Amino acid sequence: MPTVILLGPQRFTRTLSEAAARAGIAGRFASVTAGWQEREAEDLELHEHLGERTGNLSLYARTEDAFERDPALARAHRERQEKLRELQALYRIRLGHAQAALRELAGRESDPELLDEERTSALAAIRALDARHLERVAEVHHRFESALRPRARPALARHRAAVERQLERSEAVLVAGGHVPVLLNRLRLFGFAELVGQRPVCAWSGGAMAMTERVVLFHHSPPQGYGNTEVLEAGLGLVRGLVVFPHARRRLLLDDARRMELLARRFAPAECLTLEDGAWLIDRDGTRESGPGLARLGTDGRVAPLAAA
Amino acid sequence: MTLAIHQLLSAGTPSPEAVEEFLRAHRFPVVERSSVTFVFRGEADAVHLQHWIYGLPSAVPFQRVDGCDLWYLVQEIPARSRVEYKLEVRRGELSRLIRDPLNPLLAHDPFGANSVCHGADYREPEWIAPDPEARPGRLEQLAVPAPALGGERAVTVYLPARFRASRRYPLLVVHDGEDYLRFTGLKTILDNLIHRHEVAPMVVALTQSQDRLRDYAADAGHSGWVAGELVPWLEARYPLLPEPAARGLAGASFGAVAAFAAARRHPGRFGRLLLQSGSFAFTDIGPSRRGPAFEPVVAFVNEWREDPVAIAERVFVSCGVYESLIYENRSLVPLLERAGMQVRYVEAFDGHNWENWRDRLREGLSWLFPGPFWFIYE
Repeated sequence: MPTVILLGPQRFTRTLSEAAARAGIAGRFASVTAGWQEREAEDLELHEHLGERTGNLSLYARTEDAFERDPALARAHRERQEKLRELQALYRIRLGHAQAALRELAGRESDPELLDEERTSALAAIRALDARHLERVAEVHHRFESALRPRARPALARHRAAVERQLERSEAVLVAGGHVPVLLNRLRLFGFAELVGQRPVCAWSGGAMAMTERVVLFHHSPPQGYGNTEVLEAGLGLVRGLVVFPHARRRLLLDDARRMELLARRFAPAECLTLEDGAWLIDRDGTRESGPGLARLGTDGRVAPLAAA
Repeated sequence: MTLAIHQLLSAGTPSPEAVEEFLRAHRFPVVERSSVTFVFRGEADAVHLQHWIYGLPSAVPFQRVDGCDLWYLVQEIPARSRVEYKLEVRRGELSRLIRDPLNPLLAHDPFGANSVCHGADYREPEWIAPDPEARPGRLEQLAVPAPALGGERAVTVYLPARFRASRRYPLLVVHDGEDYLRFTGLKTILDNLIHRHEVAPMVVALTQSQDRLRDYAADAGHSGWVAGELVPWLEARYPLLPEPAARGLAGASFGAVAAFAAARRHPGRFGRLLLQSGSFAFTDIGPSRRGPAFEPVVAFVNEWREDPVAIAERVFVSCGVYESLIYENRSLVPLLERAGMQVRYVEAFDGHNWENWRDRLREGLSWLFPGPFWFIYE
């Protein structure tokens, strides 16, 4: 496994160069800003922050070009995305009811002997639903990969070879946040984990989410509805045993102990970590070092700062 | 719980110093859970609370404290309410209707401003305040040809932050747009909600009528200008999405009628409607109590109610429970649904004023033009 550096949002508090130096990275970076979609190339600030040591891998633009050259690939990809969207919508329906049941049980007063097991079962049902959803999404990806073999198709293979050449000149890879499904989609399409090999990866915000085993979408105060936290799909799994929550102060009700407890228990044994501005965590094959700005959601509902190493 | 006013009066007539201290120590009206104490200090023969809660007696007398110039009134007001009011102060033959001198808070309506009482637990939404992290959009002032109406019309166009000509955007046309900017802080709200990805980056055309009681009263000429001239003109100038789901109309009060009428007269053009406290007067189940300005509205709404057809795909309707228009708006909702439209209807403990309309914008805009906030972590 490569060394992975997970960072909080970088727009206002730039800790990237400091964290990279701490991890011993001194050379050039190849960057992935595909989560910014059509603004992928607007990376001047990032370039300046790192002393002009970056080159953009342009995964978003390369994919668009590959789709243009290979309409069959584009069509199959579009169909897969529609299938994934529908699958997410179906999962969301079941999840909404399961979450409502859990909330109702959590607020109910009854004989603990009866109630505790019902609550535990309700949570187990959500965990099972999450797990099954991940499986079904993986099946859709597997079918697409088997049928299309996208990286073997000339339109994409050409770009992938160019990315490989860029990576040969880079010591480490940066992955910015943005639109997580789009980012993950491009990373998967190019076989990012294989391309990166043992090069260190610095990823922030949505990029950090994509590096974990499970990408979890969350917002406790959405403009509509309750804001049921949902699983999107498996991440790249370059960091194991973590679920990360960037912008947690803005997106989570951290003072709501019941919701925090349920989040922590739902994703256990993985650790749920908030990633605020300035936060950093270096993972060297499971051995971790971190600074301020990280907090752990406890199964007791408390949000406790992670002791800096 | 002993109310603050009762504590003050518990030992009999308070001294002038005690009254001064009471006035200094509290914000007025004094809100203590659901009990709200209105206070007036000054020479008068009578003081009444004139409130804008439809259905309740509109003039409620204050009580004078024996031996001093302090007047008070305790009212029960539900939590999360905003209630507009003024004080009627009578002295001899002279009666004056004034804003509460002890309360700096105002509610703005299309005709002016009243004092407003914030009931327990009412909080101004945090998303109305300028967010230093939000990238600002920009406003362009334009003169749009209006040959059918004569001359041209001034229109302000909001372009979202990081607007780019190579991308396509939804369009929302807002009636009374300058008032929305001034009284709801619409630009700040758009900046914030777009920054948070709760609302899709969009182009917003802010129109303002010189004669809204005529133009907005379901006037065919105005509807024709919006659908047949303004929108095509904007489409030629800006990169706008062509489908009805990406084209919306908005308005409050008479402005909501104008939005509804333009969509009704031009089926298939507008897929999204934001209707706030619409003046949807009708007479099919009894006479209208409204004035002559409503006559064209009544005719138009009656006609639609006879045969309620779908006029958009999604309609967001909001109204305050303290306004008289709550009756008309509640009556509208089942008909909209029956006609096959997706309807989101929201009531608030509030009145016919800009702050009520402001407070509903996040819910309305994000439902009509949802942004990708769920997926974006920058």
